[in-house]
Amino acid sequence: MKSSLDPRVKRVVPENQETIAFKANDHFTTYQVFTQKKTGAQHEHVGIVHAPNKEMAMLFAKEQYARRGKVVGLWIVRTDHIFSTKHEDMDMFASAPEKKFRDPAGFMVKDKIKAFKENRNG
Amino acid sequence: MDNLKTLIYKLADSQMIIGHRNSEWTGIAPILEEDIAFASMAQDKIGHALALYTLLHENMGEEDPDTIAFSRKASEWKNVILAELYTKDYGFALIRHFLFDQLEAIRFESLKTSTMEPLAQLAKKFSSEIKYHTMHGDIWFKNLANGSQESKARVQTALNECFEYANGLFEKVEDEQTLINQGLYIGEEALKNQWLNKITSLVEEAGLTVASMGDKGNGSLTGTHTEDLQPMLSEMTEVYNVEPNAQW
Repeated sequence: MKSSLDPRVKRVVPENQETIAFKANDHFTTYQVFTQKKTGAQHEHVGIVHAPNKEMAMLFAKEQYARRGKVVGLWIVRTDHIFSTKHEDMDMFASAPEKKFRDPAGFMVKDKIKAFKENRNG
Repeated sequence: MDNLKTLIYKLADSQMIIGHRNSEWTGIAPILEEDIAFASMAQDKIGHALALYTLLHENMGEEDPDTIAFSRKASEWKNVILAELYTKDYGFALIRHFLFDQLEAIRFESLKTSTMEPLAQLAKKFSSEIKYHTMHGDIWFKNLANGSQESKARVQTALNECFEYANGLFEKVEDEQTLINQGLYIGEEALKNQWLNKITSLVEEAGLTVASMGDKGNGSLTGTHTEDLQPMLSEMTEVYNVEPNAQW
């Protein structure tokens, strides 16, 4: 009987294969993955895959991010196609949490709605 | 053994064997994302085998799925020989997967209308997984065939090697015509024509050539297998055979 043919046991090296030297950061580009949980819902960012092109990124994203739970669609975006704010500009968001008057929870309309409904039904 | 049983064993055993062979790349596939995808598909295949063994057990009086999967000798297996071949490199694993899954897609599509209702139900259930499996095989095939000179040459070599076993994919059970007449399935000749047309168009589109179909994979339904199968079965059943009656 042959000894193990499992490639994890019998490490397979193709004949005449030269050793390939990898350089630091020598890998595929990255793609950002967004999943849609149901038709019409927003696509939500879920993570990143490495891939040589968008088609293969989609192939990998399907198993990385959509093999559990319900997903109906994927968006794949090349990372360097995303335009983002700079880290040092983070301070421009700083005062937003203080502006409570822009927070809809600040409007006291519950009683008015209740009164309107009662009035309409009555 | 009746002929319909033999046919279902052929389907189930092929799923089990290719599932196990593909699972052998778990942890060592070329890149992390591919490792997860290939392992996940291997798991799907073993799931298909379990569903078909369960059908044999519950509807046709065969042993329970674990006994079927883990206690037979190589000569009792009905899987197509292409599935059992030792995977000498990842290129071979991918090209076999591309060829095998295109056939799965055609086989199970046709079985959706089988007059054996539980089999038709399974064929419908498998189709969503098979859709991704063929997409995966096709995209890899296209990318490698249009990649470097080396990848192109290695894809062509793997295609030629697989085609030496191609006739064995379409071995007929005895008195196949009766099964066809009863509407149980469409028969191997029809499957072969559809598969060869599909593969020829994909291969030629990628600028490669289809070799002629060889006979090295013949005989699996009558107990002939390559010497690659038994070592795999011994490893696959090693834990089971320590204590065959253990309750999991």
